Amino acid sequence: MSKRIFITGIGMISAIGDNADACLASLLEQRSGIGPITLLPTIHQGVLPIAEVKHPTSVLLDMAGHSGSRNYTRTALLGILAAREAVKNSCITDIDEFRTGLVSASTVGGMDRSEQFYQSFVGDNRKGRLIDVVNHDCADATERIAADLGIDGYITTISTACSSSVNAMIHGSNLIKAGILDRVIVGGTDSVTRFTLNGFNTLMILDKRGCRPFDEDRAGLTLGEGAAYLVLESEEAVGLSQKHPLAEISGYGNANDAYHQTASSPDGKGAFMAMTKAIAMSGLSPSQIDYINVHGTGTQNNDLSEGIALERVFDQGVPRFSSTKGYTGHTLGAAGALEAVIAVLSIRNQVVFPNLNFSTPMKELHIKPVTELMTGVPLRHVLSNSFGFGGNNSSIIISSYI
Amino acid sequence: MIFINGLGAVSPQPNAGSGQFPFEFTKYDGNQLRCPDPGYKEFIPGDQIRRMGRVIKMGVTAARLCLRDAAHVTGFTSGPERPEIIPEAIITGTGMGCMEDTEKFLATMIRNNEEFLTPTSFIQSTHNTVAGQIALLLKCHGYNFTYVHRGFSFENALLDAMIQLRSGSVSNVLAGGSDELTPAYFSITSRLGHWKRKPVCNDGLLEDHQRGSVAGEGATFFFLQKEGTHNSYARLRDVRTLLKPGSDEKTGRFLLQMLQENEIAPADIDLVVAGFNGDPGSDAIYRNVITACLPGSAIAFYKHLCGEYQTSTAFATWFSAMMIRHRILPEFALLTPPPANLRNILIYNHYLHVNHTFILLSAP
Repeated sequence: MSKRIFITGIGMISAIGDNADACLASLLEQRSGIGPITLLPTIHQGVLPIAEVKHPTSVLLDMAGHSGSRNYTRTALLGILAAREAVKNSCITDIDEFRTGLVSASTVGGMDRSEQFYQSFVGDNRKGRLIDVVNHDCADATERIAADLGIDGYITTISTACSSSVNAMIHGSNLIKAGILDRVIVGGTDSVTRFTLNGFNTLMILDKRGCRPFDEDRAGLTLGEGAAYLVLESEEAVGLSQKHPLAEISGYGNANDAYHQTASSPDGKGAFMAMTKAIAMSGLSPSQIDYINVHGTGTQNNDLSEGIALERVFDQGVPRFSSTKGYTGHTLGAAGALEAVIAVLSIRNQVVFPNLNFSTPMKELHIKPVTELMTGVPLRHVLSNSFGFGGNNSSIIISSYI
Repeated sequence: MIFINGLGAVSPQPNAGSGQFPFEFTKYDGNQLRCPDPGYKEFIPGDQIRRMGRVIKMGVTAARLCLRDAAHVTGFTSGPERPEIIPEAIITGTGMGCMEDTEKFLATMIRNNEEFLTPTSFIQSTHNTVAGQIALLLKCHGYNFTYVHRGFSFENALLDAMIQLRSGSVSNVLAGGSDELTPAYFSITSRLGHWKRKPVCNDGLLEDHQRGSVAGEGATFFFLQKEGTHNSYARLRDVRTLLKPGSDEKTGRFLLQMLQENEIAPADIDLVVAGFNGDPGSDAIYRNVITACLPGSAIAFYKHLCGEYQTSTAFATWFSAMMIRHRILPEFALLTPPPANLRNILIYNHYLHVNHTFILLSAP
């Protein structure tokens, strides 16, 4: 059974681009996808910034080849586009060539359409078009992606709030290691909805100026949307197809903070445990981690808790780190996969993308993020963190393929 | 080998919680089977009971019942008079997540045009709230996962539990499934044709020939370990999922291959616990597959006890484990004469024809 897990394909759509190449170009130009709300019909337009994929759903339908269909939610469409790209990038021509599965993550599922349904349903439960609510659940996007890719093997959906898609990568890797699958497409998709925007707004953790991760004056996160998928393959599958992997997953850890439903603990216990487990699995020493793509949402609570955990895990010196949420916004269930794709891009292109909107270091910490684009940096091992409601903390290590 | 060393259920069958087996069957007339309050205040701090959504209360209670039971089964004695084991991993499945809180936040947001909202129901609306709250109440810092894939959700959780145990990364797992039936969900799914139009009593569920089933809910948890004890309920041999098979023949082949890989002959399946739910089209699938593949097996069903919902197979697993442990097959669940032995049980369910699942249990 495979001990190593290889990444052989990536795909991504977000506020900074419709595919991985476009996203890379934006990252290199330090172009943020955060801006005024243009598509989401909400009273917060003009007040709260957001990181939207700049296409109305009708255009996403066209892009996916389903023009005019009412069967696809925005979440499913984003997922289909990114998953297709990952499969294409991996040069898969026959999806049934190996035992292939799909592990997809989402937190809002088809909520964009449920909101339309509820507009009528809330006053009269005989009203509302049923086609707007049948795709409500998180698994809908997964089954749509599976159908689109022709996957009829093992599929599942994971929802652990903002850590969901790192957990999809963890479960996918475990399925290969257990010998259940040879190849698995893993990732996550979420669209922006009024539900999530208002939800985070009631918690007063949306920064009106756009998120400023790890800055002393940070005032919250910025909601984003997007999808990202990666093709993971076993040693045997890669050996048979003679592919040259893009990178490999060398470690991961999942732990629970068990401190509060939404807030992170002051000592970052869950984050500390997740990172420590990931490093232990990889067999590396903390000093071998070259760069960390932090969770770094820009909320007071996350960045402090994560920062303290970083200083504890890397007590001999915290590696270079940055949050890329200043580009993509916080894409919730897609965030972990989006940042894993960015980690692969960092490794492949030997660059560290700088943390945007940073000016003043946090007074509680002794560390500050990378703020200038660094090129020509040999990156061997990148750690990526994703933390979420319910105390869910997950970390993953992506390493260059040698 | 993996053993069920503890279980706990909150179900529409209040007498099932007493530990008595078989329990006294509770009848429902209105096509909706809901879980009566099992005494939440014994399991959840008082200040949290009012705030928590119902599925969270159900889930936390079933989990703690399970962990108390596990303390008894494994002979764990330290701590207070009601010891409960703190699990090393918590893995849950839910088809719909926390519906009550989701609906509450959504409806208020629409009614108030996005103003004057409070965060409580948003906070509790995330699908992993049950797993998160169990971890929080018990201070479990270990592996914590939530699967949300329709009729696969509980099976995905069980499979992950088996992977975690077999890999040696943990020595025990608390795994379970939970879903709740809310008025809005019932109203929407009624319009979608999921339920029988005219009310039927659940004790005559399979005799009613209207299309659709009766709606249900529940929360069920299991304590799984690689070692058995004298009091273990059952062995969890295998769990498999099959998406949209397209034909009963393909389902049958999948099932037979699973048995073969577990080195069990079809004739050694003493009992099939099938997901018969009263919908004629849905039930025909079970009859076709069982007749073709397991003609010699006795057949039982369970959805008249708990109703139809995405994670009903967690209840079926509880019911099957209880049958193995007590060596009793309640008459109210049997569709055939009882088998001579009760060594191997296969649970077969499909959710709306799309998500087919198989869970294989054996006597410990």
